[in-house]
Amino acid sequence: MLELQHPDIIGDMATRLENVITAYHDTPGAVIPVLRECQNIVGYLPVELIDYISVGLNLSKSEVLGVATFYSLFSLTPKGRHTIRACLGTACYVKGGKEVMNRIKQTYKVEEGGTTEDRRFSLEAVRCLGACGLAPVMVVDQDTHGKVSPDRIVEILEQYE
Amino acid sequence: MANPRLQLMLCTGTGCLASGSKEFQTALEEEIKKQGLEGEVKIIETGCNGFCAVGPVMLVQPEGIFYQKLTPKDAPLLVEEHFLKGRPVEKLLYVEPASKETIPTMNEIPFFSNQKFWVMRNKGAIDPESIDEYIARDGYFGMAKALNEMTAEEIIQEVKDSGLRGRGGAGFPTGLKWQFASKADSDIKYVLCNADEGDPGAFMDRSILEADPHAVIEGMIIAAKAINASKGYIYCRTEYPMAIQRLTLAIKNAREYGLLGEDILQSGFNFDIEIYQGAGAFVCGEETALMRSIEGKRGMPRPRPPFPANKGLWERPTVLNNVETLANISQIILNGASWFSSIGTESSKGTKVFALSGDVNNIGLVEVPMGITLKQMIFEIGGGIPKKRKFKAVQLGGPSGGCVPEQHLDTPVDYEAIARVGAIMGSGGVIVMDENTCMVDMARFFMDFIQDESCGKCPPCREGTKRLLEILNKICEGNGEPGDIEALEELSLRIKESALCGLGQTAPNPVLSTLRYFKDEYIAHVYEKRCPAKRCVALLKFKVDPEKCHKCGLCYQACPVGAISWEKKQPAVIDREKCIQCLSCYEACRFDAID
Ligand SMILES: Cc1cc2nc3c(=O)[nH]c(=O)nc-3n(C[C@H](O)[C@H](O)[C@H](O)COP(=O)(O)O)c2cc1C
Ligand code: FES
Repeated sequence: MLELQHPDIIGDMATRLENVITAYHDTPGAVIPVLRECQNIVGYLPVELIDYISVGLNLSKSEVLGVATFYSLFSLTPKGRHTIRACLGTACYVKGGKEVMNRIKQTYKVEEGGTTEDRRFSLEAVRCLGACGLAPVMVVDQDTHGKVSPDRIVEILEQYE
Repeated sequence: MANPRLQLMLCTGTGCLASGSKEFQTALEEEIKKQGLEGEVKIIETGCNGFCAVGPVMLVQPEGIFYQKLTPKDAPLLVEEHFLKGRPVEKLLYVEPASKETIPTMNEIPFFSNQKFWVMRNKGAIDPESIDEYIARDGYFGMAKALNEMTAEEIIQEVKDSGLRGRGGAGFPTGLKWQFASKADSDIKYVLCNADEGDPGAFMDRSILEADPHAVIEGMIIAAKAINASKGYIYCRTEYPMAIQRLTLAIKNAREYGLLGEDILQSGFNFDIEIYQGAGAFVCGEETALMRSIEGKRGMPRPRPPFPANKGLWERPTVLNNVETLANISQIILNGASWFSSIGTESSKGTKVFALSGDVNNIGLVEVPMGITLKQMIFEIGGGIPKKRKFKAVQLGGPSGGCVPEQHLDTPVDYEAIARVGAIMGSGGVIVMDENTCMVDMARFFMDFIQDESCGKCPPCREGTKRLLEILNKICEGNGEPGDIEALEELSLRIKESALCGLGQTAPNPVLSTLRYFKDEYIAHVYEKRCPAKRCVALLKFKVDPEKCHKCGLCYQACPVGAISWEKKQPAVIDREKCIQCLSCYEACRFDAID
């Protein structure tokens, strides 16, 4: 097995990653669950980790990279301490989701898909969180916030350090 | 606690959770303990009740009293007045907005009384994490009948006779699909459940899974028996963590009860289910892409034939059905095809669940008998348009669908009738739009979505939709030119004809349907450089018309950056230097006085 060395892979992460690979080694079509679990451990998927996974699952690097770049869940770059998922699904859009999004961008100087310079927030636009009744909807880490307005969103985000 | 006097069915669906139902629950539990009522009243956490707009909601059974907009502060009063003294707390009951009448019981609230609960028969009525409660309401009886008393042919015939059509969008007859797969020759077959719910603005599948996960599992087992499959997957969006958690538990409990796995109910039939989590790609809702994704590949569609009924997952015969389709099955088997087909129109039977959202008062999930009109759904059940604004259009079917304007609101809920007016039944997303919605901007919104989600495999979809988006962006930014509208039309038709999968073939629909009914808005944007709905920032002047201004100061209060100056009896003035073009003032003005 390849030696896994990366500044963001610390503590027991390497062992946990190895366990994931071992668990799925013989399962056909396991790339997506493996990428998911590895990303859960490290927070994102550095290229070295992609190499490690491809060797571990006996696949070509381009195959694994191809899957990792196809699905929007996977990120090859590090994330901020908090992830803001701003819904721009139809219901939220009609209810002013775009204005909320713009306010976040202006206030925190961050682009869609980007991370603030101090790594406090990553901002993602998502399409429908299945909570349209509360549009516009915003998920910060695991917390769902409904009926947010441009003013309220800043208030909400200030609670996340 | 054997028999509680009162059951408190507290909604902990996604909507109510976000409105604070957990906080309320904690306060309520404490209060119940304080008053020593633990043995008498019991809180049951239910899945989505449907009436998300007034959440958190709670139904008190057996009385049927419906409480809404609950906060932790309300707990002491509720316990003291209602649970102890038996007097419902009036200020927490539902008030009908139009008549201002207080309606204490759920069944009398128009939002509920005009619906028909078949698929959602258990929503809010059982604890979705309890298999016993599901069984107590005839759960797994349909499956028992299918496994022990019926042949595969009889099951297929029953489903065919019922007239059930796929609820995932295309409306293909479910029984026929099963028949194809049952005839395919193979020792390994699969039954898949499509819980990818990609249409942005639809959340019924999520709610069904959260409120009644066993119904979907039961439907899958019956499908498996019909085609003789031994393995199933539920492909669920990763954005739905609670649905995944409840499904996982439901599968575990069903196995423990011998209702899933080897030799189910000693019938000799084996079937097991695994959950597969998606990873965020809209196109994976398409059947062939979904199967590729389970195989661990990039989720790109492939041309059909061969159809999945012959060559699906891992090249084996496969049936893929939508969550809502499957949730209908056990009831059809149990009550019979003629029971099911007694409701609906000639070609569309049973009920359909819709996710009502946008500019409508009663936002939430509704289940209606096929055949009622869109008007009834939006105005009787949905309670009409808020803020005294006018209805403009309703969008059905999401990015593959179209909009229906006022003159067609009498269209019934029926696959063919909706298609005739240029929309699709789709998976059930219904977005109501008021007069302040710009239809060109809506078309642009959907095209932006499609561009993001196109898998890039076929050029018409990849390049064609990019071109459509460029033109729409240009128009919304005030740079539209003569010829643009014609180019949109022509390009749309070409993409429809030549794209590889359903995503591309239906992608131009939002453009075509807005062009069909709202061409005047396109013309205003292109030739008059004007956005009639006042949504397209580049076409707005951000200037108060002193003639129209009522000097009320609402815009002044709404402006987040202090860019508006106003004094009593003076018209407001916007400082363009400070203005961040957030449109708050346009939203606030009641007199259309800002240009
Ligand atoms: C681009 C695209 C996305 C789709 N997304 C979904 C989806 O999210 N959920 C769904 O049930 N069907 C979706 N479908 C339809 C499926 O391909 C398939 O027809 C359906 O799941 C079959 O089940 P049914 O017959 O029970 O409706 C989609 C189709 C296309 C072309
Ligand atoms: S559109 Fe935002 S939650 Fe559905």
